[in-house]
Amino acid sequence: MIDKKDIAEKRSEEWREILRKTIKAKDRASVDRVHMNELDADYRSSNIEEVNMGLTAEQAQSEASRCLDCIDPTCMTGCPVENNIPSFVKHIEAGNFLLAAKVLKESNSLPAVCGRVCPQERQCEAKCIYTQKMGKDAVAIGYLERFAADYEQLHGASDESVEIQKNGSKIAVVGSGPAGLSFANDMAKLGYELTIFEALHEIGGVLKYGIPEFRLPNNIVDIEINNLRKMGVEFVTDCIIGRTLSYDDLHEMGFKAIFVASGAGLPRFMNIPGENLNGVMSSNEYLTRVNLMHAASADSDTPVYFGKNVAIIGAGNTAMDAVRTARRLGAEKAMIVYRRSEEEMPARLEEVKHAEEEGVEFLTLHNPIRYEGDEKGRVKSMILQQMQLGEPDESGRRSPIEISGATIEIPVDLVIVSVGVSPNPLIPSSIDGLKVSKWGTIIVNQANMQTDVQDIFAGGDIVRGGATVILAMGDGRKAAANMHQYLTEKSDT
Amino acid sequence: MNKIVKKEYYSDKVVMFEIEASLIARARKAGHFVMVRQGEGGERIPLTIATADKDRGTITLVIQNVGKTSAKICALNEGDYITNVVGPLGKATHIENVGTVVCAGGGVGVAPLFPIVEALKKAGNRVITVLAARNKDLVILEEQMRAHSDEVIIMTDDGSSGNKGLVTNGVEEVILREKVDMCVAIGPAVMMKFVSLLTKKYDIPTVASLNTIMVDGTGMCGACRVSVGGKTKFVCVDGPEFDAHQVDFDEMLMRLSSYKDQE
Ligand SMILES: Cc1cc2nc3c(=O)[nH]c(=O)nc-3n(C[C@H](O)[C@H](O)[C@H](O)COP(=O)(O)OP(=O)(O)OC[C@H]3O[C@@H](n4cnc5c(N)ncnc54)[C@H](O)[C@@H]3O)c2cc1C
Ligand SMILES: Cc1cc2nc3c(=O)[nH]c(=O)nc-3n(C[C@H](O)[C@H](O)[C@H](O)COP(=O)(O)OP(=O)(O)OC[C@H]3O[C@@H](n4cnc5c(N)ncnc54)[C@H](O)[C@@H]3O)c2cc1C
Ligand code: SF4
Ligand code: SF4
Ligand code: FES
Repeated sequence: MIDKKDIAEKRSEEWREILRKTIKAKDRASVDRVHMNELDADYRSSNIEEVNMGLTAEQAQSEASRCLDCIDPTCMTGCPVENNIPSFVKHIEAGNFLLAAKVLKESNSLPAVCGRVCPQERQCEAKCIYTQKMGKDAVAIGYLERFAADYEQLHGASDESVEIQKNGSKIAVVGSGPAGLSFANDMAKLGYELTIFEALHEIGGVLKYGIPEFRLPNNIVDIEINNLRKMGVEFVTDCIIGRTLSYDDLHEMGFKAIFVASGAGLPRFMNIPGENLNGVMSSNEYLTRVNLMHAASADSDTPVYFGKNVAIIGAGNTAMDAVRTARRLGAEKAMIVYRRSEEEMPARLEEVKHAEEEGVEFLTLHNPIRYEGDEKGRVKSMILQQMQLGEPDESGRRSPIEISGATIEIPVDLVIVSVGVSPNPLIPSSIDGLKVSKWGTIIVNQANMQTDVQDIFAGGDIVRGGATVILAMGDGRKAAANMHQYLTEKSDT
Repeated sequence: MNKIVKKEYYSDKVVMFEIEASLIARARKAGHFVMVRQGEGGERIPLTIATADKDRGTITLVIQNVGKTSAKICALNEGDYITNVVGPLGKATHIENVGTVVCAGGGVGVAPLFPIVEALKKAGNRVITVLAARNKDLVILEEQMRAHSDEVIIMTDDGSSGNKGLVTNGVEEVILREKVDMCVAIGPAVMMKFVSLLTKKYDIPTVASLNTIMVDGTGMCGACRVSVGGKTKFVCVDGPEFDAHQVDFDEMLMRLSSYKDQE
């Protein structure tokens, strides 16, 4: 819940009153939105360096000065975790970058990540008064969030390891993605002893094995993981809950409650002819090979196809990550095949723009219906059905309709299917009493993230299906607060 | 990090490792496998848990040296550590007393077959095991199999041990001789394909354990997918065992060659 009183109190602090008066609102509004410094498109298409280079302090302060410090900051209603946006932005304007980061950390435990990967144009920035009322470009809230968080990672007090009084209660977390990490962060601060169990050999969930380095460098995630380690959070990799350890085992080991954040890791396919040919794979497989197994590096034993003519089916963030990865691995032709039009693409706007700059081709209003292979069983072409847009469907987007008889054949040597993911069934199928929806997601009480099994809470993609980092993170925090309450009430009775 | 407590050569190219993995040893059942990664930059490969000792907290793997990763692992010695071992994975074998079962193992399939033979016997079945190899030196686990089978038939390509012929000859011999209620086939895809064709002819229910290429082993990537009864299945979570008569072995063979050019 947005705490209007708190917002008003912070807003009326003396320094902010003064800061507001230093520049007239009209002048603030006449500053152009900052441009992110980026690597050159030609240069970056052949390496994995982060594309967005961040803002300089001057750029950040100038951008922060655009913010009107609204009495009713509508931007906050667009942020799933209700970051106090004007408060952190004004600290940036005032040059107090560490204080800005502190404000962010009150509501968001992974600001360096969210600043980079949130779909801001649909969340906070969509609700900024500049977009809502003034017909201008929103304050670059995401860039500023990233700026403050990066500044803190570089210049913040490194030995912030405040002694936390441990309360002796052990809590297990299943999965080390954003939901699990943010949950652990809050619970550790409350004094619980946390152990995060991770099935893979790497910690970080999708932040590591999915989202590529050129968008979210691993070291940004590692800093957050190390912060948790400093707070005493333990990580156990190569351990699958429901397999290596059962629910009962966790009880025997003394865990008082469990937070399930196992994500939506299962790839969907379209079930069309030729989909099992060699050279057709899920985006999960492709990105896992490259990001988790480092298949493109010479020191890695894991192979990956270096396709020359690569098609990615779908237009979400995962599809954009896959197509841009293919480009970086040497694809001469890298194509996005999408059955609707550019307008309906679910990916972040910035990723689409970056993909375009990097020479990715967009075959919108096309849908694959079949793949053809050569005599060795390798994919050699795709047959695409041409589409047109009809009436809006239940999702509010105009639904694609086939143009009868209009098909084209395009040569390809690598096809990456990126049409969505389903929740990982491992946990629901191994714990009696957990209720799942028809989509396979774990059903929780939305008010407190508790499942039908009292001592199990759940959040993130396992509850929502494929969603976003910030929603997963928000779930983690909500579950932490409510689990704490549940455990406190339980021990009181 | 899992410590190797015992290493034994079963043949030139086949090595048995007993490794520390107490949690896996406790949780595993016949038919389960683990994913193993050796060294930074190492690939994840699936290996069946041949046996486990709960008290010692160890599991046993039998590895055939066929390529880069298996060679890396086979080169390790007692006291060394395997970088990552995770499991147990896959569905456990459905074990019940069905009567007479023929267990056919070829090549590296012999190792994963062993725990199944053991479990089937324990459940009260009459178990006839048919082991196939190119020659005498490549026959592995014969003694262990004899200890848990009612009969063991050895088939070699050159007749240097047991009978001369293919695994299918051995299986057919049994079928012609007595009533067989079920067949289990594990080995190279081609072998499983021909065993499956044979038992289909005689209408004998047959289970094959598929050894597809895997990446994560937890259902996350789809690299291991096969067509079973016209539907796409993930071997690591839906299998590794399937009704052999429903498996599209030709597609599986094609998919196994995916990365041939690169390895
Ligand atoms: C390629 C890609 C790009 C994306 N881009 C964006 C983006 O730009 N912006 C955005 O907001 N969102 C993006 N997303 C979505 C976002 O990453 C997810 O919504 C988010 O990571 C979900 O977090 P989570 O913590 O629920 O699960 P995950 O991040 O999926 O983590 C779950 C973890 O649990 C582990 N696990 C699963 N089962 C078990 C078990 N039984 N025992 C132990 N461990 C287990 C898994 O191995 C995994 O590490 C993207 C997703 C992908 C795949
Ligand atoms: C569920 C399961 C259980 C298995 N259990 C065992 C076991 O107990 N012992 C054991 O030795 N092996 C087992 N395997 C097979 C083992 O995983 C492969 O032999 C291994 O991945 C090869 O890796 P490599 O890097 O050494 O060889 P690579 O260099 O990858 O390949 C060498 C050669 O083997 C072929 N090959 C690669 N992968 C496979 C495969 N999965 N099946 C058949 N041929 C393949 C390649 O095409 C190539 O010709 C199992 C496989 C699965 C799926
Ligand atoms: S967390 Fe995401 S939605 Fe919230 S303010 Fe930051 S960038 Fe915007
Ligand atoms: S709505 Fe825009 S201008 Fe107003 S406080 Fe939020 S970011 Fe600043
Ligand atoms: S190995 Fe990845 S889904 Fe089976």
